[in-house]
Amino acid sequence: MLKLKGIPASSGMAAGPAFTYAQQEVKPERRVVADPAAEWRRLEAALEAARGQLAAIQAKAQAETSEAEAAIFEAHAMFLDDPALLEMVQTAIDEQHLNTEAAWWDGIGSYAAEMEGMTDEYLRARAADIRDVGQRVLRLLAGQAEGDLAALGQPAIVVARDLTPSDTVRLDKKLVLGFCTAEGGPTSHTAILAKALALPAVVGLGADLLKVPGDALLLLDGDRGELIVDPDDTTREDFSVRSGRAAHQAEIELAAAHEPAITVDGRRLEVVANIGNPEDAATALRYGAEGVGLFRTEFLYLDRQTAPDEEEQVTAYNAALDVMGERPVVVRTLDVGGDKQLPYLDLGREDNPFLGWRAIRMCLDKPDFFKIQLRALLRASPGHDLRIMFPMIATVDEVQRARSLLDAARREVIAAGHPVAGRIQTGIMVEIPAAAVLADRFVPVVDFFSIGTNDLTQYTLAAERTNPKVAHLGDPCHPAVLRQIQRVIEAAHRGGIWVGVCGEMAGDPEAAPVLLGLGLDEFSMAPGSIPRVKVILRGWSFADAARLAAQAVDLDSADEARALVRSWAK
Amino acid sequence: MEQLRVRVVNEVGLHARPAAMFVNAAKSGKSKVRVRNATTESKWVDAKSILGVLTLGVEKDHEIELTAEGPDEAEVLAKIGDLIRSDFAA
Repeated sequence: MLKLKGIPASSGMAAGPAFTYAQQEVKPERRVVADPAAEWRRLEAALEAARGQLAAIQAKAQAETSEAEAAIFEAHAMFLDDPALLEMVQTAIDEQHLNTEAAWWDGIGSYAAEMEGMTDEYLRARAADIRDVGQRVLRLLAGQAEGDLAALGQPAIVVARDLTPSDTVRLDKKLVLGFCTAEGGPTSHTAILAKALALPAVVGLGADLLKVPGDALLLLDGDRGELIVDPDDTTREDFSVRSGRAAHQAEIELAAAHEPAITVDGRRLEVVANIGNPEDAATALRYGAEGVGLFRTEFLYLDRQTAPDEEEQVTAYNAALDVMGERPVVVRTLDVGGDKQLPYLDLGREDNPFLGWRAIRMCLDKPDFFKIQLRALLRASPGHDLRIMFPMIATVDEVQRARSLLDAARREVIAAGHPVAGRIQTGIMVEIPAAAVLADRFVPVVDFFSIGTNDLTQYTLAAERTNPKVAHLGDPCHPAVLRQIQRVIEAAHRGGIWVGVCGEMAGDPEAAPVLLGLGLDEFSMAPGSIPRVKVILRGWSFADAARLAAQAVDLDSADEARALVRSWAK
Repeated sequence: MEQLRVRVVNEVGLHARPAAMFVNAAKSGKSKVRVRNATTESKWVDAKSILGVLTLGVEKDHEIELTAEGPDEAEVLAKIGDLIRSDFAA
């Protein structure tokens, strides 16, 4: 039995076998072999298995994304059968008596290197595809067939170094019981995905996690931030009792999830959901969401070779809006930068992508590209309460430029004969300290603020949210963050506009009472957090929460602020 | 031996889907088919090799040269020629 401590990233408990997602590059050994024919047979078996994996991924991509995306995996499959590559590999095996792994990786490497030397950007990017296929075969040769998330065949707990959106896009989410990662913080992609799926997750478990054998039984506790490997019988029993109790508690909370959140002294709060794709909208309603406070649109843009066109975007927005009916849906325009590489958008590589050319900064520099999204949003608006939100705003001028592009997009949509909703609220993410400090100057040009506490915290404390070494600094309950939230809410209310929080903070049971006390209007969170936060808000009076918040902003640290909330809650 | 010289009019050249369709057309026959990018005077590669075809870097308006040798050499080149001239509509 082994116990690992990490950072709690998504609430809940799960027991099940480990599914290790090996992302480490397989480095083949190089040796001379006695029996070249046997080496060739090993390669053929691995190629056959790789064909099977690719066919399954291709079918899934075809069913879930699009024909064009499926074609990429078709090309991958063709690399496996490439006669020139196979001839090169066979020659190395037969004539130099080289082992399969080295011969295969040499062949892959020579084509990948040739592609990397080409002037065409598209072809240069194919070098990564070739290596991807090459690694798939090396993993199979090494007996690491489990390394593909799409190959998850039974319900399991996913174990990985860290997960990116492209890792998880082809994951069969119905088979995942929970996530645990060696790296990452509470706002990493893994955490956000786990919360969206209402699955338990623990992140930052350290490098020892990666030594967990592929079939080990795991007990994952997303509330305590704990993972137990190969538990003894007593531990298993204790875990199952606790998880039964937690499930019972969650049931009680869920039963009241569709009631509004009204404090004991009668203040009604809006509790809405963060969603990352149209399918999440139905989940959000099931957990009692009164609308959507943050609809991230990156799902439309990631893991594909070409940009989504206007029609495709209209369809995707309509899919979410139709589920939500007349409830408010706040859509955030594209938020990508140098930390993600999109083949059709030259974002470049940056040393500090979170301080770089991203989100609204990039979109304002590419007005024709940006207006495709704006037109699609406007076309999806009739009959719904669609609201548009610009991310990564630092200056008033950026809002004005974004709004004039939106006006231009509106004229284009109307000229093309499409109806547009008469009034569409337009607001900004407050996630850069400059916007928080200067909130009163932004009030005249927006209809609302939504505070992105994940980034606001990372920028305020200069602590990168994906770096486990500084993760302890990145707590949104830090008084330096709380005071900025206070300032934003005061400025907004003086100007008669509403304020929400759409970071993980809104769904944090300890932070929610402080936000209530600061006067927040809208709480937007992962669907799974809604039932519990509603229960918490109903248990407070606004007057008490206001006193709590007044004390919290005058403390020295996030830990003190959290301890204060716990002492009040008793 | 049959020969063919044809201009690629497709917007993305011989990349992505068109490259795969081109290779599948070459594979459909029994003949040995070789291709090179005449515009860049590239080396000759096996037309049944997707990796080889991609390394030719064929862009829109490049001309490619093909040779085929085998029992169905004329049919295979005709098929490839039609595919390219139809802008990969097949």
